Parts: sequence; structure tokens; C-alpha cells
Amino acid sequence: MIMQDVIIIGSGIIGSAVARELSRYQADILVLDKENDIACGTTKANSGIVHAGYDPKPGSLKAKYNILGNKMFDEFAKELDFPFKRNGALVLALDKDSEAILKELYEKGVKNGVEGLEIISGDEAREMEPNISPNVTEALYAPTAATVSPYEMSIAYAENAATNGVKFRLNAEVERLEKTENGIRVCLKGGETLEAKLVINCAGVFADDLSNQLSERKFSIVPRRGEYLLLDKIYTNYTKMTLFQTPTKMGKGVLVTPATHGNIIVGPNAQDIDDKSDLSTTISGLKEVWEKAKRTLPSLNQKAIITNFTGIRAHSLEDDFIIGFTDVKGLYNVAGIESPGLTAAPAIAVDVAKEVAAAMNFKEKENFIKERKAIPHFAGMSEVEKAAIIKENPLYGKIVCRCEVVPEGEIREAIRRPLGARDLDALKRRTRVGMGRCQGGFCLPRLMEILSEELNVDYTEITKSGRNSKIVVGKVKE
Amino acid sequence: MKERRLVIIGGGPAGLAAAVAAYDEGERDILILERENELGGILNQCIHNGFGLHRFKEELTGPEYADRYIQEVFKRNIEYRLQTMVLNITSDRVIDYVNETEGYTKIKAGAIILACGCRERPRGAINIAGTRPAGIFSAGTAQRLVNIDGYLPGKEVVILGSGDIGLIMARRMTYEGAKVKAVVELMPYSSGLNRNIVQCLEDYDIPLLFSHTVIDIKGSDRVTGVVIAEVDSSLRPIPETAKEYSCDTLLLSVGLIPENELARNAEVELSAVTGGAVVDENMMTSVKGVFAAGNVLHVHDLVDYVSEESAHAARSAVKYLNDVNQFEEKIAIKSGNGIRYTVPQLLNGNADYQPLNIRMRVDNVYRNARIVLKVNDEVIYSRKRQIMTPGEMESLNLADEIVEKMKNSKNVVFEVEAGK
Amino acid sequence: MKEVREMICISCPLGCRLTIEKDGDNLKVSGNLCKRGEKYGIEEFTAPKRLVTSIVPVKDGKIRMVSVKTSDTIPKELIFPTLEILKTTIVEAPVKIGDVIVKNVLDTGIDIIATKSVNKI
Repeated sequence: MIMQDVIIIGSGIIGSAVARELSRYQADILVLDKENDIACGTTKANSGIVHAGYDPKPGSLKAKYNILGNKMFDEFAKELDFPFKRNGALVLALDKDSEAILKELYEKGVKNGVEGLEIISGDEAREMEPNISPNVTEALYAPTAATVSPYEMSIAYAENAATNGVKFRLNAEVERLEKTENGIRVCLKGGETLEAKLVINCAGVFADDLSNQLSERKFSIVPRRGEYLLLDKIYTNYTKMTLFQTPTKMGKGVLVTPATHGNIIVGPNAQDIDDKSDLSTTISGLKEVWEKAKRTLPSLNQKAIITNFTGIRAHSLEDDFIIGFTDVKGLYNVAGIESPGLTAAPAIAVDVAKEVAAAMNFKEKENFIKERKAIPHFAGMSEVEKAAIIKENPLYGKIVCRCEVVPEGEIREAIRRPLGARDLDALKRRTRVGMGRCQGGFCLPRLMEILSEELNVDYTEITKSGRNSKIVVGKVKE
Repeated sequence: MKERRLVIIGGGPAGLAAAVAAYDEGERDILILERENELGGILNQCIHNGFGLHRFKEELTGPEYADRYIQEVFKRNIEYRLQTMVLNITSDRVIDYVNETEGYTKIKAGAIILACGCRERPRGAINIAGTRPAGIFSAGTAQRLVNIDGYLPGKEVVILGSGDIGLIMARRMTYEGAKVKAVVELMPYSSGLNRNIVQCLEDYDIPLLFSHTVIDIKGSDRVTGVVIAEVDSSLRPIPETAKEYSCDTLLLSVGLIPENELARNAEVELSAVTGGAVVDENMMTSVKGVFAAGNVLHVHDLVDYVSEESAHAARSAVKYLNDVNQFEEKIAIKSGNGIRYTVPQLLNGNADYQPLNIRMRVDNVYRNARIVLKVNDEVIYSRKRQIMTPGEMESLNLADEIVEKMKNSKNVVFEVEAGK
Repeated sequence: MKEVREMICISCPLGCRLTIEKDGDNLKVSGNLCKRGEKYGIEEFTAPKRLVTSIVPVKDGKIRMVSVKTSDTIPKELIFPTLEILKTTIVEAPVKIGDVIVKNVLDTGIDIIATKSVNKI
């Protein structure tokens, strides 16, 4: 049995970022994920906010890594080429009680080391964002807040990790961890076993199930569901900044934010659920999200909604990140990573990698490739660039997804590159096909044709997101 | 930059009819830009019959109707490009398009006819809650997968929406061995043609549930069922009536939306009611030299009307190319009680091609009622109809004298006068 | 014995509501706006017919499937038997619109013809 140096369980933003940072060292690293693509858990379904850092409790890991992480985004977004925009945020107060909360947030922010925080009047807020409700009396202005595309960020980290030698295995669900003499045995669903000197547990909402199998230091992850509505890009002028309402004990509340590609995201609510795999949206939840959002942006128009989705937060009952070696030799946890997890990820990964490398005596690589380029994104190019890329690759002149203007060349590239797309949702996350206003109605048959050719499988093998999510059930006339 | 006189965006039934009519009106510099790999547009996947009864006095299938026009385009050697996507048009008629062979091209058009058709409203736009498994398709996408690609989307089907596409797909799926468990319609009436209700549902004992809707979708990887509930008079679901239907496929036929992304960028004024451009009787939009016809203008039920409308738009476009100055003053044609919308919405009054054709949809089911045209509050035209429904577009032809009265008035309104 | 049936005429998209009264051997159709409606009413009452449209796979064609139809209406009860026959039919490119794909299907005297042309790859 080959002994990996490190097995990372989970390829979400934490697993992918940790993998990338660890790939600076000479070590055999394997990342396992139970889904058919990387980052299919919480990472692909959240608000995509890079928080300023006024929300976490001072002295907590959340506060520490929020501040550190936020600062790292400009550099990493450039290095790894993922969409990132420092658009700033406003936390809006609609009454005296919320004004008091704003003051608390301001003070916490200052304590945590957030730069540029300012409490401004409702009128000043409306000058910045004219669509804000006239009922807003005050606002907390946080210029260091930003937005990022969370799954593109994860893909960027993972691709770079792969380029630097990290192995990834998908459809590899970890059922059991067992202690061995030299490390940990990782038992996959289906019977296969792997072994590693160190297992880094980045399993998101399932992190407690795994860790508690071995560790005496038990913890509990409560799946906390958040529902979202996505609005059409033509309404992108609703707001340039991220608009928060004052937080409650369940979380940061319903926000309205521009996503990096121009859509508006409205949500999330927060409801603790039982089933960690329940990704359904609910009538009442979507209603709640919409009505709350309308309090800050009364001009929101129902016609703008193009889809809805759910994300599940990994809320730890301890209310803080759980990061570090455990009482079990060979088991390292990075768990309970809920908001500001996305913001914190770059900084968490740097520290985790340093700590692990030191403990495992890993040597740094000399030939670490730190830059990663994303797939050339046709829709974002200038006319001159578009003309040039079509000349170079005529398949960039064949537009497949009309709503998001994605050509065949870009789609084939998304399938061919390392950790390439193998199902429709994976293709969607890498190229935006199907994310536009027709939601894949036009391009689906063409995407199936391309996937079928590139993966050399029949249409009947193509899935939406792996496992049994087949698109068609058979050929006609059978 | 290259200049072309007439550029037609879309090579489906609207674009084809426009091209042929423009040629027959004397224009020779015509270019059709089509994004698919063949001409014919949506007709290529509409393998059922019901097309052409007005236009050709015979019933044809979609591909046969398309072929008639395609042959006319070939006969006249009209230029067209396939697998070509228009990325942008400006208000001074500069067109950016891309394809494999030419790369990125910019041309300036003397006149543009928008013949882009429409797209289907997706699940997200009607905000159905539930999971997001595989097995949810808009009906047109499913139709394409079956008829063009030769694949079956599912075996047990529920269809939301009794519009024609939903009805046609109920039969299509049944023909391919699937079980269609129900067609679910929000309204108390169907927006589809009656003949489709008979031929596609009644023939196969497929239940049609009026005043019902889908409120939840079940299944994690693939659909396992949908929850259907009755709705009240305000169209709100009544939770106590919720019932789960097991199925592996949900087809959505919940509306077509004219494809006006290009029009928007060109600052063409759009109607919130039709989703298409606001036009005068020449089919010219608010942007000079930009015309619109077919489903991009307003969603049609009969392709015959699309061809007529597009031919008319093309003749207007050619007239425009030959003399841009005759297209100036416009008065509004208002939609009053009972009328959801009219196309055109504006009257230019320069038309020397009589009669004036106006199409419209009513907003409810009316029996033994009249459509009346009022000018300065006086009824100058009326037409009695035994039955009118929102799902069947009305087409009126107005004689010269009527149009003259409209031109010289301040208040032009179409209304429904209820039956006695 | 009197029998009355109501139906919607499907000869054209107008969809007139017909009433067919049968009195002994006499059939009376009312509600129709044209002669085709009368013909349809009588036929639908006594021996309903339908036009069947479907698709057939194409070998070596530029596109995968060719759309087909019965050249005229066939008895309603033969719809599914006809579809069964089409299940095993494959046509080879090139196909010209109007080509006979299946001659005299199920002895009805009616052919199944192509409604689209398909060139060879």
C-alpha cells in the first residue's frame, strides 16, 4: 500500500487552498472528494463575500483569519487569476436598535484591526447607493469588503495544486478513518483503503462525523441552510456595494450583493436543518429572503429573478474555527469553517501548510509554479482580443451559450485542462454556460454533444453533477 | 468597415420570409445571419403538423414549412451565414458578429430586421422551490433533445403549462414510450390551441389539471416527484390541496419571452407587455432603420402570421432604404378594456400598402363579444367574434378610410365590448 | 336510439365546437363553420383518424434524425402499431423531403414520408 504523506479530505475552498499551499513542499499529497467535481459543497453555494472583519468576536480565530485573509485577496486573485472585486459594503440600520448594533460592529471592527470603517448617515449611504430604502437611518461603511467567485477561486487553487503535483480523486467518499501504526487508514465507500501519514480533515459539514470517529475531543457541526435568489444581470445597477442588514445570532442576515459577473445575489436566510445533504429551497424560505431584502432595497422587482439555490453552512456549536493537530497522531482538523470562512481561506491555508510542513519536516520545492491562468474568457475580452483568439482557435468563433456568450473553444478547454469538467454543472462553474437568463434551455443539447465527444461517452452517460443525475434516459426508439 | 444594405438577424421562419420578400421588393444586397448550423429556426424541431393552413392552404409539418421558404431563399441566391452569432448591434446599426470562418466582423447596415425569435421561461423565473435535480427541462429543450438529437429525456413525465409546446410534448413523449401523468395549468383555461388539447391530451387520456401548479420538486440526483397544488382565484397555491406525483421528469411550458438582448443594447424601446419592440405599422422600432418581426416582436401562435408580418417588415425596410424620410410622425394605438396588447402600437400613416393589418390578444375569454376601434371616443370599426381567448391571436385588416380617420385623431383605442 | 356527442373540430386552428347527433343511421353535425368541419365530425364519430408524425434515425447523414409523417390520416387505433414499425426503421442518407420511408404502412394504402431533406456526411 502506497503511503501518502498527506491525504486532504474535501476539495472545497479550504481543502483546495491547503492543498495548494502544501504543494510548495516536496510531499505526496492526495485530495479526496466524494462528488464528481471539486468544491461541490458549501463552497459553490454561498454569497461570495470577502468580509471586512467587523463581525467576528475579537480574539477568535474567525477574527484573526478574517483580517489576515482579507488582505491577501488582491495578491492571490492576481496570482491565481480568479474573479475578485473590492466593491465595499454597507451595513444598514433601519431603526434605533440597529443603530446601536452598528456601533457595536464598528467597535468590534476597530478592535479586530479593520481599516477604513466609518458610520455614515442614511443620506450619505443613499448618495453612495441611490436604491437604498428611505427608511435607512445610518450605515456602517466598510471599504475593505469585497466580492469573489467562490467556486472559481477554489478551482483556481485546485488547478494550481494539481500543476504542482497534488493528486485529486473524485467520487471518493470517505466512510471511515482508522488509526494505524504510522498514520491513518482512510476507508472509502466501496471498500478501497488508502493510507497517509497525515490526514487533513477539510470535510465541511461532514468534518465532525469523520473526526469524532477517532478523536476524543468531540465537536458538532450543525448544518445551517441558507437560501438564495439570483437576479438577472440587467438589474446589476441595483447596487454596486454589498448591502447588509444588521446581524442576528443566526448570522449576518439577508444581504443584497453584486456577484463578480454582474448578477445580483439576494440572501441568505438561516435555518438549522437535520439532513446535511438537503439542498432544497423552500417556498417560505424564498419568500422570507425576498421580503427581508426588500426592506433595504424596496425597488427589487420579482421579474428579475432567474433562479434560486441553497447552500449549507458548517456551523460549529463552538462558534469558532477548529484548526490544528488533534489528540490523534496523524489527524489534523480544519473544521467549522462557516462565515467568514471564504475570506479566511487564503490565510488559513498559509498557516496550516506552514504548521504541517514544519511538523512533517517537508522541504520546500525549488520549482514551485505560483502562477495559474484561468481559461481565456471570451465574453470579457475586448474586440481586438476576441478577433485574435478566434484567429488562433476558430472554435472560439462558435458561440454555444448565447446568454453568457461562451464559445465552443472555451468549453472544450474547460473539459480538457487538469481537473477538467466532467459533468454539466462542472462545465457551468468553469465557463458560466447555463448561468444566464435562459438557464441552459438553449445550450443544453450542444453542451451534451461536446461533453459526449470530449469524454468519449454516449449522451446517456452524461450527468448534471455525477452519480445518478443523468440527463437523458435512453435513445428514442428503444 | 464593410457596409451592407439589409441585414436580417435570424434565419428562422421570420428571417426567411423577410429575405424573400425583400428580394421580391427589389432589394439585392441582403445578408441573413443565423446562429444554428442550418436555416429554418425553431421549425426544424417542430416535426408535428399544423403549419401553413393559411399561407399554403395545406397542412404542413414544421420542417416542411421551413423548407418551402428555404427553397425560395436558395432560388434567389440570397446570402446567408450559419453558425454565426450577432454579439451586438448599436443604435446606428453597426453589427458585431462572430463565426469560425470570418472571425470577428463589424458591418454597418442600412437597415436591420430583428428576427431573433424567443426563448423559454426557465424554472427559476417562476421561482419553484425544491431541489435542483437532473430531469427538469423546458419543453422546447426536451423537444430538441428528442427530435434533433434522438434522446429521451425521461420515462414518467409531468408537464407544467398547457401552452402549445407543453401539449405537443405530451404527445411526443407518449409516442416515444413515456408515461405523461398530467399536464398542469395555472390558469382556469389553456393558452394552447384547442386542437392540441384534443390531439395531444384527450386522445391519450392525459389529465389536464386547470387552476393547479407545481409547488415543490423532489429528488436529489434526478427528479423523483413533484408536488402539485390547486390555486385560488389570486393564483396562490392552496397548501391543503397539495398532492405528490411521482415522476422522473418535469417539463416546463411556462411562457416564451422574445429574445431582445440585442435590441436592448441598441436602445430599441421595448414594450413591457409583449416583451418585444414597440413598432409602428411598418414594423419599425424606435430606432431608425431597425425593424422587428416574428416572435421577437410578440409571441405568435401561427407561423403563417409570422411569415406575413416578416414579409411586411421586409417591404417596409426596403422602402426605408430607398427613402428614409417617409418614416416620421407617429401616433399611439392604445389597448383599452379587454385588450392585452396590439402590434403595432404606433401608427405612422405613411403606408401605401393597404389594408392595415393589426394583430392583438385579448386578456380573457370572451363569448359573443366585439372588438371595437374607437377614435376620439367614437366607434369607427367593430368586429364580432363568437369566441376570443388569450391563446389565439386576433388579426384585423383595416381599410383606407378607417386608417385615415385614425391618422387624423388624438385618441385611438381598441377595446372589447362584452356580448349582450 | 339517440346519441349526442360534443367535440372540438381539429381540422384547422379555429377549433369550432361541434355537436354530433346520431338518430338511428342519421348523423347530424352542427356548430361547424365549413364543410371540413362536417366531414371531421362524422368521421370522428364513426371512424376517427389521425396524422402521425415522428422521427427516424439516419445512417451517414449530416444530422442524426429525419422527421417523418404519414402521407394522410390513418385510423386512430393504428397510431401505436405504426410507431412500433418506426421503432425498427432506419433510413440511409441522402434523404429528400417527400421520400417514401415505409410504403403502405399496415396495409392502409398510406405511406410514411420524410418531411425534411438530409444530406450525406
